[in-house]
Amino acid sequence: MRKHYSPAWRKELDYIMKLLTHIIKTEWKSLLRGKWVIGYTIIFILLTDSLLRFGGGGSEALLSLSNVMLLFIPLVGMIYGILYIYQSREFVELLLTQPIDRKVLYWGLFLGISTPLMAAFIIGSMLPLAWHGILAADSTSSLLVLGLGGMLTLIFVSLGFVFGLMFYDDRIKGFGFTIVVWLFLAILYDGLVLLIVFVFGDYPLEQFVIVVSTLNPIDLARILIMLEFDISALMGYTGAVFNRFFGQNTGIMTASGMLFLWLAIPTWMGLRIFRKKDF
Amino acid sequence: MIEIQNLKKSFGDLQVLKGLNVTIPKGQATGIVGPNGAGKTTLIKTILGLVKPDSGILEVNGTRLNGDWLYRRDIGYMPQVARYPENMRVYELLNFIKGLRDQDAVYEHELIEQFNLQSELEKPLRTLSGGNRQKVGAILAMMFNPDILFFDEPTAGLDPRSSHKFKLRVKKEKEAGKTIFITSHIMSELEQLVDHVIFILDGNIRYYGSMSQLLELSQEERLEAAIARLMDEPIERTGSVSKQSEMKSTPITLEIA
Repeated sequence: MRKHYSPAWRKELDYIMKLLTHIIKTEWKSLLRGKWVIGYTIIFILLTDSLLRFGGGGSEALLSLSNVMLLFIPLVGMIYGILYIYQSREFVELLLTQPIDRKVLYWGLFLGISTPLMAAFIIGSMLPLAWHGILAADSTSSLLVLGLGGMLTLIFVSLGFVFGLMFYDDRIKGFGFTIVVWLFLAILYDGLVLLIVFVFGDYPLEQFVIVVSTLNPIDLARILIMLEFDISALMGYTGAVFNRFFGQNTGIMTASGMLFLWLAIPTWMGLRIFRKKDF
Repeated sequence: MIEIQNLKKSFGDLQVLKGLNVTIPKGQATGIVGPNGAGKTTLIKTILGLVKPDSGILEVNGTRLNGDWLYRRDIGYMPQVARYPENMRVYELLNFIKGLRDQDAVYEHELIEQFNLQSELEKPLRTLSGGNRQKVGAILAMMFNPDILFFDEPTAGLDPRSSHKFKLRVKKEKEAGKTIFITSHIMSELEQLVDHVIFILDGNIRYYGSMSQLLELSQEERLEAAIARLMDEPIERTGSVSKQSEMKSTPITLEIA
């Protein structure tokens, strides 16, 4: 049987890519038929369109869209990821008994369910931006917001995967943990940082605040938006400090780098758990 | 051929498999029985690669299991609970698994016909009855013509007609020389389908040998009664076979040549 190992890495890679596209294609088909993702797209079409119609100029609408996105994409992404793990338990177990590598199966499933959600946000928000002419006029800002939304989707779906695998047998705990993490990262975090700064105002806290803000992907995305639009007052405390410390260009580079790290770590953790787990 | 030596597995504090030893030759049909929580499912899941053992040796057709996955080309598994993506259609599921396996689905059409699923192929899996979903699971397990077949409570959701057809199919696979494992709580079903029995109790194999031998030893006519006796008084049984000298030693495993 060893002869299956011997083909050159090229052939091996082709085989893996074939498997990955096969899994991803199947997931896409199945999700699109579920209409859930289509509904999600329509929500963003309606939201962005009405923001552009009634919310003032292009950059203001983009900022409002970012605020909605920063709040809801993390929640939707995590719930969606964890729900997939819980709903497809038996199916995933059946797939694991097939002669394929767990690693390939993990990437296939993760990309197969996260990319439709990412596409739903990007397409849903991009269409109104395009027909209102904002995409052409403010292309960098528009693409940044769309890209960040896509990135946050991937990050939080992978976090949902991780929590689902961690609390595989205890759904209540899994969902509870997800909600608490969302509350903490999306809502409480900035307030807590502000509180610490307020209490320890006599000490030099800039570096602390910078470190703390890179520990929260939502903060990182918020900082990037703020740096792009150059409006620190609107975007929370951590963002303002970040701007002052790094300036615009270095700030954008650092924050983007950290955001990629935030994507890499949960996906890697999910992969690790998935490979070692007893199903 | 499956060889298991001193297989151990714990989930937290709970020791589920306590050093199993068993060799299953090619072409044997084996029933795995035991009370709930005895370790049947864990044993099967370990062989399938779903559960990783803490220690011990596990070989399937000569491949030592160690994060390996190619050995599963030789395995077909029909799960107890058949739940599939709701919006997927039956033929799409079949195509999906075919794309994963890179093997010829030689028996696909034959099995679809045998289980009368032609009319269901275009339907989404969520609209299928439980029994039909079970049949889809059976097709997935057998269509690649693997050497080793696992059936976990296969007929639990099947109507008598389908159950009968399923049993005929399993008998045919057996005649073709497949190694077959069936777990079931329905002893009469095992009597029809298997000739060897593994009885697991409390993480250990309490009996492994041919069914006729078991019936003889326990002086029972039916497997159900024999197993019930094994559960109640396993020690007395060893006493009753003491005339066979090798049975006196502590391991209660019987190896029938």
